[in-house]
Amino acid sequence: MVGFYIQQLVTSFIASAAFGMIFNAPRKALLQCGFAGMVGWLLYILLQDMAVKPVTATVVAAFCVTMISHFFAKKYKTPIIVFSVSGIIPLVPGGVAYNALRHVAENQFDQAVQLGAQAFMISGAIALGLLLSEVINQVIRKWSVTR
Amino acid sequence: MNESLKREHDIIKVCLLAGKIMLQSGAETYRVEDTMMRIAASFGVTNSHSYMTPTGIIFSVEEPQHITRLIRISDRTTNLDKIEKVNSVSRRVSLGQLTIEEAYQALQQIEQEPPIYPNWLLILLSAVASGCFLIMFRGIWADFLPAAVAGGLGFTCFVVMHQVIPVRFFAEFSGALVIGIVSVWLVNLGIGQELDTIIISSVMPLVPGLLITNAIRDLMAGHLISGLSKGAEAFVTSFAIGAGVAFTLSF
Repeated sequence: MVGFYIQQLVTSFIASAAFGMIFNAPRKALLQCGFAGMVGWLLYILLQDMAVKPVTATVVAAFCVTMISHFFAKKYKTPIIVFSVSGIIPLVPGGVAYNALRHVAENQFDQAVQLGAQAFMISGAIALGLLLSEVINQVIRKWSVTR
Repeated sequence: MNESLKREHDIIKVCLLAGKIMLQSGAETYRVEDTMMRIAASFGVTNSHSYMTPTGIIFSVEEPQHITRLIRISDRTTNLDKIEKVNSVSRRVSLGQLTIEEAYQALQQIEQEPPIYPNWLLILLSAVASGCFLIMFRGIWADFLPAAVAGGLGFTCFVVMHQVIPVRFFAEFSGALVIGIVSVWLVNLGIGQELDTIIISSVMPLVPGLLITNAIRDLMAGHLISGLSKGAEAFVTSFAIGAGVAFTLSF
């Protein structure tokens, strides 16, 4: 069991950092990209193993990825998108979207619509996670300014 | 042309170039608009408006003369390095460290910069990423290599096709087609085992994940036109990938 999580940790770190490079992230940001992706994916996997619904797990993971990215963005004075993109990529419902389109190609439209709706819900969950952490960050910023 | 009018034109030129680079590199809608207005404000133009869609930017300055200019964007990629660099130029402008001329030159330099990583490295990375995704999607280690090969070849095809024919849809379609063919072939040879997992993890480097997320985020933030058009772009891309894979599977 521990071995499984270690595998997940290592592969998600490498995959997120590699995605950072595919998106031309600056060299000095790559480790942070990998870290953000790793934490997000580990949370997602852990929640899934606790039988939490994929949509909820995605909201939580996306929220944490963005919080970490906000922290890095502030620390390194770099746009937040540099870190959040590579961290979010593992959560993107690529598999579900692919399955939906595959069912379209096989003329099984009922399955396709179901999977398509699921992919849409998960994308919405990612966006909600991003939005929530942005709101919280703004609240924190306002609070620390007024104090 | 009098001095202040010329100055204003120069400011707009700087702002539009900054916006253009950021938009072409895949920055968020609000960040592009914010950066442009911030640069204008640091040069003393406080009353500016910017309106942005993924295919064009309109930027307008109110006083003393009313000037509006438009710029058309046709090609978009993801280049986080350029976003970072434009951001740091805008930061230096608002600190008063750069004149209009210097800022324009710095931005021009950023625009002409080639991507920081060579293509062969990107292909290698997409192969590695595909293999890693296979493990993340609970695949078996025996399939690591097939997924890496399929992902790498698919991405190679995407890169080559995109340079030969500047139609994004076709490049994505052919990339997915190659992934489908290679995966099916490897599974038939007995090298790979779980066809679905291999295909899903090797298409990940092509999947428009950033676009889908940005589209919904823009919609939630009230950038309705940007949200819808990014959504449309994401849909076209997913459709290209799905069609490419489905085409192979239908045989």
